[in-house]
Amino acid sequence: MKVKSQKDFFSGLMFLLIGLGFAWGATNYNIGVGARMGPGYFPLMLGVILMVLGGLIAFKAMVIESETGDKIGKWAWRPLGFIIGSNILFGILLGGLPSIGLPSMGLIVAIYALTIVSAKAGDVFKLKEVLVVATVLAIISYGAFIKLLNLQFPLWPAFISG
Amino acid sequence: MDLITNLSLGFGVAFTAQNLLYAFIGCMLGTLIGVLPGVGPVATIAMLLPATYALPPVAALIMLAGIYYGAQYGGSTTAILVNLPGESSSVVTILDGYQMARKGRAGPALAAAGLGSFFAGCVGTLILAAFAAPLTEVAFKFGPAEYFSLMVLGLIGAVVLASGSLLKAVAMIILGLLLGLVGTDVNSGVARYSFDIPELTDGIGFIVVAMGVFGYGEIIANLSVPEAQREVFTGKVKHLYPTKEDFKRMIPAVLRGTALGSALGILPGGGALLSAFAAYTIEKKTKLKPGEVPFGQGNIRGVAAPESANNAGSQTSFIPLLTLGIPPNAVMALMVGAMTIHNIQPGPQVMTSNPELFWGLIASMWIGNLMLVVLNLPMIGIWIKLLTVPYRWLFPSIVLFCAIGVYSTNNNTFDIWMVAIFGVIGYIFIKLGAEPAPLLLGFILGPMMEENLRRALLLSRGAWSVFVTRPLSATLLGMAVLLLVIVLLPSVKKQREEAFVED
Repeated sequence: MKVKSQKDFFSGLMFLLIGLGFAWGATNYNIGVGARMGPGYFPLMLGVILMVLGGLIAFKAMVIESETGDKIGKWAWRPLGFIIGSNILFGILLGGLPSIGLPSMGLIVAIYALTIVSAKAGDVFKLKEVLVVATVLAIISYGAFIKLLNLQFPLWPAFISG
Repeated sequence: MDLITNLSLGFGVAFTAQNLLYAFIGCMLGTLIGVLPGVGPVATIAMLLPATYALPPVAALIMLAGIYYGAQYGGSTTAILVNLPGESSSVVTILDGYQMARKGRAGPALAAAGLGSFFAGCVGTLILAAFAAPLTEVAFKFGPAEYFSLMVLGLIGAVVLASGSLLKAVAMIILGLLLGLVGTDVNSGVARYSFDIPELTDGIGFIVVAMGVFGYGEIIANLSVPEAQREVFTGKVKHLYPTKEDFKRMIPAVLRGTALGSALGILPGGGALLSAFAAYTIEKKTKLKPGEVPFGQGNIRGVAAPESANNAGSQTSFIPLLTLGIPPNAVMALMVGAMTIHNIQPGPQVMTSNPELFWGLIASMWIGNLMLVVLNLPMIGIWIKLLTVPYRWLFPSIVLFCAIGVYSTNNNTFDIWMVAIFGVIGYIFIKLGAEPAPLLLGFILGPMMEENLRRALLLSRGAWSVFVTRPLSATLLGMAVLLLVIVLLPSVKKQREEAFVED
């Protein structure tokens, strides 16, 4: 058997595995009967349906011809890494990491870090330009979120503002 | 008449300085994101949800609604002038709109889109006002079995909307339903799938899923393709007004588009996108008058009909939300989130318990539509300038506002980690060709569906036949089956695939 639609085959596989996971997880809870559904009843039902659907999708992907082969194509590791990385960095800088004793660096530092790291995800990276964008964003965020909407953010690093 | 007293109450609410201001902000923002390709109303509303905490509920909903229908206007501008769908529902507008622009008739095309949208918006608002009350009456007759069946119908409807494979869309719905179940079960108090993480016992945040999948996932996918060369007709937007001949052709198309859009908007799973596709298909089927430009080469009807339809559809898709509490599409699912943030339980009781909110929102939609026409026609030049803002400045801003928005919902960094995970998941979905919109609907409906299924089966002592023996429930399920059969019919299936190939 050869895979005829890569996208469909792997999404079917994904659904199959996730369905299996949820169904298996549901057996840890009380299933109950129709008239008295336990917390495991509905997830077990859905998990099984998802498994069946996933299996069907994967099966169809091996049987039905498709002209292009529906290749998944290259993964865009660079944008993926930088966008998600900038997001995680933002969280660490804003909230600090108490588990390793890292204090909060505050919103402003976090904004500059996020903008610079996420901008690396694009094709063109000009540091001067990015710094201007970051400054504009920092001013907008300060005005909109802190002054206007009164949201509670640590603004400056904890060791400065005390 | 009831309708008039209700509407006057609504206009009383909508005409306060504060609500006018928020309607204006919503329309402006909506147009802005509509014009910009790659930023949709779902991501924007998700981003702004946390910001509406501080607002009174009426103002918050008025603003969010403005974003939705404002985006329909803005999307057409980009479609006509730049040959890019600013908004998914303007995909069909490109076909004839861009051709008109190439022939130097961008003005009439934009005017047709704007005026058609305005007319459709007015009709849609009237229908919303007229049908909301009687439908609410029906809603009170609904028991758990009917609600469950209605949700099944809604989710099947959402599948029709998905552009890829039907099976995959159904699987995405189920996956959404399952994700919605994470957290403490209301009946037994058992924390399901929480892996002993305290934050997960409250369930996965809706904003986290929406932003991760729609915001981050899309950005990563956008960045993985090299920037396309854009052709912009800044200099060519002259003589705005359509000729007499144009009007003669436009008017019937606008009427047909409005009627179709209003009808499809009410259906679960309907809304702007489906309406636009259907309207264009119908226009294409009608006979060409002598001397008329063929479709696909700049026919004004091909702009007027889908633009009217998507606006009418976006108005009437509020009907199921406001009367039954069931979101018919992803944007409405976000509106449910916005209402629950303000402690309003969406459903038939909204009209009686919050009449000023209900009618105020409806009245504000009409005002918003008027604002949009006034705003859009003279400001087209500015919107085009906006398109020259490079994406490389835009996407860091989107990432930032998503991150801030997510953090501010609970003031907890845990949500930031979660949105990172869902960003990766969203990108995987895009790579595997699995559409995320049905997932979001399932996510919202998951707990509701389980609760209604539980109640229905409890009342029937475990007999599943209750869903087909109660006439209302049986009708709803029958409609769901019919919908599936229609979509699976070979001829319709082929057409559906063709229609979606064009995007």
